[in-house]
Amino acid sequence: MTAISFENALGVHEMALHLRTKRSEVLANNLANADTPGFKARDFDFGQVLKKTMKISDESQLRRTHVNHMPMGSIQQSLDVPLAYRSPLQKSADGNTVDAQIESAQFAKNALDFGASFRFLNGKFSTLSKAITGK
Amino acid sequence: MSLASVFEISAMGMSAQAIRLNTTASNMANANTSASSEAEAYRAKKPVFQAVQTAPFDQLSSNSKIGSKFGVMIEKIVDSQAPINKVYAPNDPQANAEGYVFHSNVNTVEEMADMISASRAFQMNAEVMNTTKSMMQRLLTLGK
Repeated sequence: MTAISFENALGVHEMALHLRTKRSEVLANNLANADTPGFKARDFDFGQVLKKTMKISDESQLRRTHVNHMPMGSIQQSLDVPLAYRSPLQKSADGNTVDAQIESAQFAKNALDFGASFRFLNGKFSTLSKAITGK
Repeated sequence: MSLASVFEISAMGMSAQAIRLNTTASNMANANTSASSEAEAYRAKKPVFQAVQTAPFDQLSSNSKIGSKFGVMIEKIVDSQAPINKVYAPNDPQANAEGYVFHSNVNTVEEMADMISASRAFQMNAEVMNTTKSMMQRLLTLGK
């Protein structure tokens, strides 16, 4: 291990925070369309997507022939999040599958999880700044 | 920053619900209007919601986010096709030659329920906006 590598230091939390913001967007769109006829609620499996991106991060490293070569940067820019349809608890007359209660509960939970990821990431940064200042 | 687009989505939701509240207000105000022919009688206005989607939503890619937009909008406002109330009132100043007056087809009970639904949906979108605001404010303190 060479000098401080941000990708390695921040670990899963940077990606987690990124995915949390994505998910809040999807859930906000569901809530905005709570009264749209025929609209199907969307969501993605957070754990699965996170696991998949982590695997890609390990595999997509280029071969390095010198110790000073830097490892490949974060690949999150080309991240594709496959969206699925939520299966409704009961049918509605207009074909809309948004359940406002479920969506807002998921949104609130997502915001809390965002806070958790944020705290972890913040902790990582304070660790790094301690390492840099050497105090 | 994709959190910023949550604001846009919620704003579109709030704006659509506000238009729905507007039509409800118009319907309630005109609930007791009458006319001398069926064509002139007031018909309840109903907004039709439509999902906005300028990019395929199957893959929420970070790259394709630029310029793509999601949310909701009012596609059109249609007149209710419920039957017009035809009332025999020969003394009414608006009565036609046969003595009939045509009242609006506004169902006030339905409108009240619609109003509550619209205001709750508006509230929900505002709540989403508020939560997103605190998420963003928190994000600004990262590393401090």
